[in-house]
Amino acid sequence: MEKVIIDADKCKGCALCIEACPKKCLILSDTFNKAGYRPAVFTQKDACISCGFCFQVCPDIAIEIYT
Amino acid sequence: MKKIFSRPESLTPAPHLYCAGCGHGIIHRLVAESIDELGVREKTIAVAPVGCAVFAYDYFNFDVTEAPHGRPPAVATGIKRVLPDRIVFTYQGDGDIAAIGTAETIHAANRGENITVIFVNNANYGMTGGQMAPTTLIGQKTATTPFGRDAKRDGYPLHLCELLATLKGVAYLERVTVYNPKHIFNAKRAIKKAFQNQIDGKGFSLVEVISQCPVDWGMTPLDSVAWVKDVFIKEFPLGVFKDI
Ligand SMILES: Cc1ncc(C[n+]2csc(CCOP(=O)(O)OP(=O)(O)O)c2C)c(N)n1
Ligand code: SF4
Repeated sequence: MEKVIIDADKCKGCALCIEACPKKCLILSDTFNKAGYRPAVFTQKDACISCGFCFQVCPDIAIEIYT
Repeated sequence: MKKIFSRPESLTPAPHLYCAGCGHGIIHRLVAESIDELGVREKTIAVAPVGCAVFAYDYFNFDVTEAPHGRPPAVATGIKRVLPDRIVFTYQGDGDIAAIGTAETIHAANRGENITVIFVNNANYGMTGGQMAPTTLIGQKTATTPFGRDAKRDGYPLHLCELLATLKGVAYLERVTVYNPKHIFNAKRAIKKAFQNQIDGKGFSLVEVISQCPVDWGMTPLDSVAWVKDVFIKEFPLGVFKDI
């Protein structure tokens, strides 16, 4: 199981989480979600420290963090 | 694996209709977490504004009523006086609280009503398409100030915390922001305190949250948080303006 779970259909691709992540674990997808946004994707499983900064800045509460 | 951060109970799973990157969603979560942590979800009543947060009743998982534009402090006064054991708060934009609702705001504060006010300052009228608000910065371009706000014609940005700080009835005033995780943690502390004050019967508590409105500002979400940091909070200094 991943440390960061992103609800791709809730995400609006604002990229605030990508900027906030101290370990650069997130990128924007090349594909579109149902609403037409490019959602954030969690890519760096090993680098993630479960700090939750991405969760903190997400205006859409589209992220869950596990440790 | 253990879940450590997720949607608080005081928020519904409804998707937000806010623009991508809008600060309202972050502030909703901070309010919801505060209510959860204080254990008062079952007795909380929110008063939603007219503005982008008009649909707050879809997002908050507790009772929410709706006030006419600018009148949440008056409606909250009535609810709190009739049901003093409830936790009553208003959630208002700058157009709502500091333009059309100025009178209700000032008098509820001056009466020292034991309510909590969450004031989201995004320097414009978001819902109606980004017109000038009382809080719009000098030189800021909006739909009604296409060449920038001109003090001679449009007056100066209105600083609500500084204004209310002169009123004896006010218990707590703080201005915070949500442009990065550090400030978001601090905003959470302030919001929770504003609710704790109500539980302790301290009186009128208001937290002004400087927030980003990317689409109406004509910016990407990342440029909008940079503008908050570099420009917006220079005009609206953060800090505690009153704490009795
Ligand atoms: C009596 C009345 N006058 C005007 C309006 C139009 N109106 C709707 S929202 C709004 C301003 C909202 O701006 P703000 O309070 O700053 O909240 P935001 O949308 O930026 O969160 C106005 C003027 C209205 N709905 N009712
Ligand atoms: S217009 Fe501004 S305040 Fe309204 S939802 Fe969009 S970003 Fe948020």
